[in-house]
Formats: sequence, C-alpha cells, structure tokens
Amino acid sequence: MSVITQYFSEGRTSGKHTMPFVIILLAVTAMACLSNLYLPADSALHVSTYSITLLGKYLCYAMLALAVDIIWGYCGILSLGHGAFFALGGYAMGMYLMRQIGDRGAYGNPDLPDFMVFLGWKELPWFWHGMDQFWFAMIMAVLIPGLLAFVFGWLAFRSRVTGVYLSIMTQALTYALLLAFFRNEMGFGGNNGLTDFKDIVGFSLQSDTTRVSLFAITALMLAVVFVISHNILSSRFGKVILAVRDSESRARFIGYRTDRYKIWLFVFSAVIAGIAGALYVPQVGIINPGEFSPINSIEMVIWVAVGGRGTLIGAVIGALLVNYAKTRFTAILPEAWLFALGGLFVLVTLYLPKGIVGLYTQLLEKRRTQSVKESEA
Amino acid sequence: MNAIQHTVESLRHTFRPDQVWPFLAPENAKVNVDKDIILYVEGLNLSFDGFKALNNLNLYINDGELRCLIGANGAGKTTLMDVITGKTQCDSGSVFFGQNQNLLNKDEAEIAQLGIGRKFQKPTVFEEQTVFDNLELSLKTDKGVLATLFSRLTPTQIDRIDDVLKIIGLAKHRFMLAGALSHGQKQWLEIGMLLVSDPRLLLIDEPVAGMTPDETERTAELLTSLAGDRTVIVVEHDMEFVRSIARTVTVLHQGSVLAEGTMDQIQSNKDVIEVYLGEQEEGATS
Amino acid sequence: MRHFIALCCCLFGLLSSQAYSAESSTSTSPSANQPPAELAPLMLELTKAKYSKLLPVLKKIEANSDESMLPLFRTMMNGNLYFIKTNKQLVQLIEDANQKTYQGIFSQQLVADLSKRDVSKIKVNNHLRSYLRNAIARIQLTSSSAEVRKNAVRELLSSLDEETVTTLERLYSSETNQTVKTEMGLALAINTARQASLPNSTRIAAIERLSGSLENTARNVLTQLTNQDNPAIKAAAEHALKKITQRVERFGFLNQLFFGLSLGSVLLLASIGLAITFGVMGVINMAHGEMIMLGAYTTYVVQLMMPNYIDYSIWVAIPAAFLVSGIVGVLIERLVIRHLHGRPLETLLATFGISLILQQLVRTIFSPLNRQVSTPSWMSGSWEINPVFSLTLNRLYILAFSLLVFFALVMVLKKTSLGLNVRAVSQNRNMAKAMGVKTNWIDAMTFGLGSGIAGIAGVALSQLTNVGPNLGQDYIINSFMVVVFGGVGNLLGTLVAAFSLGIATKFLEPMTGAVLSTILVLVFIILFIQKRPKGLFPQKGRAAE
Repeated sequence: MSVITQYFSEGRTSGKHTMPFVIILLAVTAMACLSNLYLPADSALHVSTYSITLLGKYLCYAMLALAVDIIWGYCGILSLGHGAFFALGGYAMGMYLMRQIGDRGAYGNPDLPDFMVFLGWKELPWFWHGMDQFWFAMIMAVLIPGLLAFVFGWLAFRSRVTGVYLSIMTQALTYALLLAFFRNEMGFGGNNGLTDFKDIVGFSLQSDTTRVSLFAITALMLAVVFVISHNILSSRFGKVILAVRDSESRARFIGYRTDRYKIWLFVFSAVIAGIAGALYVPQVGIINPGEFSPINSIEMVIWVAVGGRGTLIGAVIGALLVNYAKTRFTAILPEAWLFALGGLFVLVTLYLPKGIVGLYTQLLEKRRTQSVKESEA
Repeated sequence: MNAIQHTVESLRHTFRPDQVWPFLAPENAKVNVDKDIILYVEGLNLSFDGFKALNNLNLYINDGELRCLIGANGAGKTTLMDVITGKTQCDSGSVFFGQNQNLLNKDEAEIAQLGIGRKFQKPTVFEEQTVFDNLELSLKTDKGVLATLFSRLTPTQIDRIDDVLKIIGLAKHRFMLAGALSHGQKQWLEIGMLLVSDPRLLLIDEPVAGMTPDETERTAELLTSLAGDRTVIVVEHDMEFVRSIARTVTVLHQGSVLAEGTMDQIQSNKDVIEVYLGEQEEGATS
Repeated sequence: MRHFIALCCCLFGLLSSQAYSAESSTSTSPSANQPPAELAPLMLELTKAKYSKLLPVLKKIEANSDESMLPLFRTMMNGNLYFIKTNKQLVQLIEDANQKTYQGIFSQQLVADLSKRDVSKIKVNNHLRSYLRNAIARIQLTSSSAEVRKNAVRELLSSLDEETVTTLERLYSSETNQTVKTEMGLALAINTARQASLPNSTRIAAIERLSGSLENTARNVLTQLTNQDNPAIKAAAEHALKKITQRVERFGFLNQLFFGLSLGSVLLLASIGLAITFGVMGVINMAHGEMIMLGAYTTYVVQLMMPNYIDYSIWVAIPAAFLVSGIVGVLIERLVIRHLHGRPLETLLATFGISLILQQLVRTIFSPLNRQVSTPSWMSGSWEINPVFSLTLNRLYILAFSLLVFFALVMVLKKTSLGLNVRAVSQNRNMAKAMGVKTNWIDAMTFGLGSGIAGIAGVALSQLTNVGPNLGQDYIINSFMVVVFGGVGNLLGTLVAAFSLGIATKFLEPMTGAVLSTILVLVFIILFIQKRPKGLFPQKGRAAE
C-alpha cells in the first residue's frame, strides 16, 4: 500500500486533508477497538459492541458516499443507482456467508441454503458455485459491480447520454434490479434476501472480536480507498475528469476520449461501492432487495451534498453526520425522519450548494480577508 | 506444401520486426500532405429541418496557409468547422485531412489528436481549474486513460507551458482559476491552449471578439507568425482584421463557396459585392 | 384533430348509454303483491307436502305461473322460505346483522311479532335447488325484457334438461328479439348435438352451428363430442373446436391489446404533466409522483365529504384534484425550483426531498394504510361484447379520459396565448425573455399545469388501484421512461411512447410474467436511449444543441 501511495503522490502536491484524515480515522478506530476489547463493560470509556457495529456501518456508508462523490462531485455525473453496486457487492458477500452456514441451517442441508431447500430446489444454481471460497466471493464483490458499471457506462457514455437523462437511466437500472432480486426464481433468496449468517472465514459473526475486527478492517479499507481516490483524482487523469465536469465538449476537442474517462471512473466508483457493500453485509447480518430501492441510492447523494461534493472529506463527513442523525431521529421521532430528510434535500440544495466543507472554507476565507483588512488598517 | 509455405509467408509477414500489427499501429501516425493540400472538403451537404446549412461545399486548404473565411450570418462558417472537427455529422460529402485521413469517420477526440485544434466563438476554458492546468491538459501528449493516470510533467513540457504563458500574457496568472479571468484573457487562454497542443491545423472562430485594438493587433501578429509551420483557418467578421492578416479569403454564401482570392480580388468580385459587401456595415458591427 | 375529439365524445356517449342499459337491466321487475287466486291451493300444498313430494307441486306451480312467482322460487332456492304455522302464510326470512325478521313473500311486507317458534322452514335439497334454478330461468324466458330473456337462456345453457328443451322449443318460434333467438338456437343446437339418437347430418349441422359460438358450454359440449366414437361427429366437433379456439385466441389478443392500451392510458396520464415540465423548463420533477398521489387523495377526501353522491363525486374530484396538485406545484416552483434555475441535477434532488416530505405528510394525516376509493356505479361493471371478451368500464373510461386530457392539453398549447408563451419559452428561453414574455410567470404556470394534470391522473388512478402514500412512487419511474422514450418536449412522442410501452408490457407479460416484463421494458429503454439519446421524436436543428 505504501508503495502505491508513494508512487501516486510522488511529485504532486499532496492533499491538505488526506494525511490528517487518515491519521484521525485510524486513531479513533484503534481507540474504539481497544476500549471495546480491554476496558470493562461498566467503564465510562467502554465502547459497546453495538456502537462498534454501528460505527462500522457508518464507515461503510462513508465509503459508499466516497464512491458517489467521485462520480458526482468530480465528474458531474449524478448517479441515482449506486445502491445497485453497493447491493451487488453485498450480495456477493452474502452468498459467501450463506455458503458458510453449511448444514447448520434450519433444514440442515449441507449444500443448499435454506431458502433453496424451501423452494424445493435440488441443486445449487451455477452462479452459486465457487462462492464458498472467500477469495472468489471477494473477487466477485468487486468484479460484478465493476462489470455492470462498465457495461452500463460503455452503453451510456459512448452514446453521450448526460445530465438528468443519465440520472434517470441509473435510477431505472437499480429499479430493474430491485424488481429482479425480489423474484424467487433469481436464486438470491427473493423478498427475504440472505440472512442468518453464522461465521466468516471461520470466525463467529456473533463474537466481539470478529465485530471489532470487521470494524477495524472497514476503517482501514476506507483509509486505503480514500488515499487511492485522492491520488487518482489529483493526477492528470483527475484533471481531465474535472475538465469533463466543467465542459465535456471542450475536453473532447482537445483530444480526450471523454467517454473512456467517464467509463473508467464510473467503474472505479462502482468497485468502491461494491467493497463497501461487501463490508456492510457481515456487520448488519442481512442483505435483501430493499438495498436496491431507488430511494436508498438517492439518499446517498444527499450525504455527499450535505458534506460537500467535490471534496472527498466532505463525502465522508456527510455520510457520518446524516447517518448519525438518522439513527438518533429514528430512535426518538421515527415519524419525523422523512420530514427531516426531505427538508435536508431542499435546504442543502438551496442554501448549501457546497455542503458543510464548502461553508467551512468560505468562513475561513472570510476570516482571512478580514484579518488582512485589519492588518492593513 | 504450397499451403504451408503460404501460411509461413503470411506468418512472417505478420511478425515483421519493422512493423507493428495494423490494429496496434497508431491510426493517426502520419498525415500525408504530399500534394501540399492539408484539407480537402468536397461536396459537403447538411440540412437542419429543411434549412440547407451547407450546400455542396467544396474547399481546399493548402498546407501552411492562412485562410480567412468570411460570410454573412448563416453562411455556414461555423457549421463547416463543426463538421471538420466532428461535432456535427454531415448528410453527404467528404472531408479529408491530408490525403489519407478521412475525418468523417472519426470523433472529436480522434480529430483533435490528429492535430486539428479549434477555438470557439465563445471562449470555453475549464473554469474550475487553474490557467496552468488548462494548458497542461491541452499539451500534446498521449491522451489515453492509463497514460494520464500515471503521467507527470517533464521539464520540457513545463518550459513549453511557461513559454506559452508568456506569449499569451498570462504568466502572472498561472495559478489563478480560469473562471476568474476576464473575457479577453479567456480568449487568450484559449489561444494558448491551442498553441500548447501544437496542432497542424488551427480552426479559429472569431478570435478578436471582445479584444482591445491593441490585443487585436497582437492576435494578428500571432496568427501570421503561426502560418507556415501550421495551417490556420480564421473565421472573422472584423474586415479590418481580415485585411490585416489574410492572404487568401474565401467567401461563403448560403452554404457554399461564393468566391475565393485575395482581399482585393474579393472586393472587386461582383457577386460578393452584391450579396456580402453590400451588407458590410452590418457584418462589421455584429 | 377536431374529428378525433368528436370521435372521443361519441365514444363517451356510447359508453354511457351502454352503462345505462346495463344498469336498467339489473333492476328487478316489479312483482305483484298477491299470488293469483288459482295458485292458492298449490301454495297450501307447498306447506304441507313432504320433502320428496315437493317437486310435483313445484312443477304445477311453474306450469301455470308467470314472473310473479320469481320471488317465491328465489327465496326457496336460497333456503329462506318459511311458513307461519298458524295461517300457513309463506314468508321470507331476512337476516340482518343482529336480528331475523320475516316478510310476506308476495306482499313484501314485514310480518310483525314472529319468533322462531312461530314459523317452520320449507326445506330444499340439491335436487330441488337445481330444479328451482332452471325453473327460475324458464320463467324468465317469458319475461318482457329481452335482456332478462337472454340471460335466462345463458343460465340454462349449462343444464339443459328435457323440460327446458321443450320450453325452449315452444318459445323459439315465437321469439321476436334476434339476440335472444340466437341464444335459444344455440341452446337447442347444443341439445341436438348431444342427442346420439338423431341422424348424423342433423347433429353435424348443429355442431356447425355451435362452432360460431364462444360460450363456454358450447366448447365443453364439443370437447365431450370429440371423445365419442362416431367418427363423423368427432371430426365435425374437432373442426368446430379448432374454429372456436382460433376465435378465442383472436379475442385473447384483443383483450391483451385492451389491457395494454389501458396501461398506456395510465402511463400517458401520469407522464404528460412530466413531459410539460421537463420539456419546457428542463426540470426533472421527482415530486411528480406525489402530485398524482395528492390527486388520488383529493378524490378520497371529496368522496368523504359527499358520501351520498358517489356517482357525482368524480366530477367534483377532477377539478378539485387539478387545483390541489396545481397549487402545490406552483408553490414548489415559487419556493424552490425558481432558485435552482439552470441546475437540473440540484432541482432533481430538491424535488426528491419535497416528494419525501409530501409522502410523510400524507402518512401523518391519512395514516400509512391504503385508502379505498369507491368507483361510481356508472363506471363499474363491464361491457360484455361476447363471453370471452369484455371490457371493464372503468378502464375504458380512463382510456377515453386520458385521450381527452391529452388533446385538451394539445389545444391549450396550440391555441391559447399561455400555450404560445410556453412554447416560446421551451424553444428559446432567453429570446422569449427578450421579447417580453414573463418567463417567471410562465414557469410557474407551466409547473402548475403539469402538476394539475398529474392530479387528474391521480383521480383516474384512484379508480384502478388503492390509494396510498406510495402511489406516486409506483408510477414515477415508468413515467420518466415514457418521457425519455418519447423525446423530451414532444407531446406526440409522449403519447406514442406511453401506448407502445403499455402494450409492450402487457404483451410480454403472458410470456415472461409481470415482473420480468417490466424489467425487460426498462432494459429495452435503457438500450434504446443509448441508440437514440433524444428519444423517438427528437427536436432537430440548431435549437436542440
């Protein structure tokens, strides 16, 4: 990893926020993990396993927000279908975990997951083969979203579908997948999805250590993805991406095949979403077609909008804040959450087009100019 | 026996060390200008909803020439440029860059990579990026995805950008966001982006709109100095400016060429006087 | 264009007359108050006769009775016939939610102070019941209403016994109504075809006759005949069956077409509002589905407010829904969208937020459960063209209504000054502004118009599905697909796209199942957009850049 970092960052201005972010993220993670494992449960500083899992979930969302931000904030492509890539990654992981249950399921069938026995299936569908191997499942978790993104991008970007058209298309994509995954015949557990997982690579999913490790791995992956994204976006590739956002036709006229740039960025973004999904599933213990629903995908966009699009750190902050608010809200006033979320959409687009990070930099600038004025006076 | 020999021969041919495979060969390797003509436009037709924007248009541009295109609004000047640069598909006709590069089956990016640069009527620069980045993006380099991902600027390239910055007078503003530049500065930046990309053929649409007389003069100098190594096609309404730079002028009218020649010949051409110079006052002010 | 509107009106007229006749046919004919005097002894016998002896009595009653006996037979068939022990008067048991009352069979008047002990039931068994059913039908054969006669023959088709056949034969020659006569002929033909004793030529002629019918019974009889030994009959029956199957298939096709058109009309209603806002303002209104939902809830509220006039509620609901959704639309435009001009993606997000708020609002006010909106009686029922092909009236009305709304909208855009301004703004906003068009005002009006039409769509949808907070969500993606497929800013394209998508979905359905057909259509549009990013009917020319 350090090699990659070094390679990418060589000779470039390193991002102002990157290193501090990674350090803070890892430090907080380490502290939370240690306090969960080594402090007694009644200690004031003890972090409960519930909170650890919750934090792990937030970090997955943060990674997902990063994926959306890369494509929307940097390239101006508003994808309303990133939930599909997230869910596909999640399903890959879910299939692996399902196979790990083995004969401990309700029907005790060593080969077939419970729902297949229930449906009266005799053998494993072809696409379930190999999913009992962790490495294979993980390759699938990035390959399938990546492939879907590639095919979709190849079709959409080459024929120059842009703007709201593209957004609607991505939404239709995830909607079509939602309908498809609801079907029992698809072989993904239909309505109920995949759940009742027992263990992952031999560790019980119920144990504290596994949960803490999953959380730590998520944090680490987030850091890695963050650094890689930052480096990619600050390379000349990133500049071309920004150029595409600002004026795609101009970029084409200076000789960039912008469709290819968009396709690969879209694939990259989808892969990140897939990873986030794969990390998400063992922590929440279920994956069902609901993850494909268009509203989920659009909610991700608002995380990014709240945090501040076009900045990686903004996406992470937005995802954490909105999801924390959601947890609190749904606990206290479940009715009000949708009002709050809806209001957030409207207010952020109207008054905070650059999000919290944008507001912060704006305030910073104002203070600076003020102090300059004062010193001049 | 013969078949084997044939196969071996074709294999040998396939693996000739002095050639790359045709599908690996860079398509735009060479532009053949043996006949000293860099752009062939023949029988071009294009209509929008029944309005004939281009009507059997024929145009030949010599290598290294500076050509001015004039014509009233709707004469087809910008549309012609759109077709050459791949922005618009024409209904029929052919456009060749050199003798061997058919431009009609290429997209904008490929055409740009062949060495055809374009400056738009309305200056378009990447507003959210710095002047320097704008120029870096326009550099003549490998513009593939992987190449840009791993590329970094060589000292020669940095020098090249610095030179261009000086030419366009934006050296002081190199780290300013392009969006913060004035209209005239954006025009210059766009010209700079053209220069830094080192094109064979420049298509320049109304370069001096919004420029001060001083800047106009500088632009004229720049354009005349470019001609020779490069081929320049300028579309301009400002007759003074055209007169100051043009060696050959082509007059377009209703989508086809009305007249071609030096400025003096054009001005004495009866047809031109009738359809265009009669409206000169109007044309010059627009 | 004008012709089409006239056509629409005709269609409307036709439908309502059809509905009217259907309605009148169902109302029961007035029954006489007293049994004819000559039947009195038979009535008495009815109360005395034993269970097994009832049949001859009933036959006698039937033999010299007319429609006035229908209530008696009906009540008896339903097992609600009692008699008062003291005076042997026949009464009908009427069971309400909490009490039982008795009513004179012929007088239709309540007999007071009767308890369970005072009456005794006249029992019926299955055998009697089937006799009664046929007897009722036979009595109805003599009814003065052709409709009743026709239905009676239909009723009898499946259970032709000797008596029925003789009755039919008797009545056949004197029947004047052509439809009823045809039905009777059919019944007789079924009978003839089944009679093994008759000569082959007669039977084959009868089978020939059956091949023209789509009645289920005719088909069943023919299927039975194909299993017989008589080769000539067998061949004739097979041939006839084939002919019928072909016709059934043809009508099945028409049926699918109708369902496709119906879905198309719903899509059209849901998407034309969207087409306007998207076409004119370039704005994606994600809250469009909620405008539809508001319209549906308006219908619900209107019906709550006028529970006794459900039949007329729809005429109130349509303008009310237009106003409610339209006003909400104008508010959204003024308060939010106006500030996001030129930022389509942000508009998309903001309107999505609004849609969440509206959904939750409805959930809080009306509860998250679905609400049932009742259909006016003149819209319920179906137009039965033949036994295998009938069109449900509500779908038919909605189809006509959607076309009406569409052409009304086209007229508004073509003929009014608002329409002129709207078209000007959609073609070149800046130019229109420079010419003095108040683009702000036009935007608000356009948005109001689009939303109002969505509200009307909600009224129509409330007649087809349950009204719930998620109503709009179910249609929004499909409406987007329609608009995108048809080409933005092109109403004709929207029309064509809506119907072709509706029909395509319904024709795929039997092959692939409902969900998969939806998916296939979505995938098709995704691929289509790649090929023609501007839709079916793109705007051409430099203005489109």
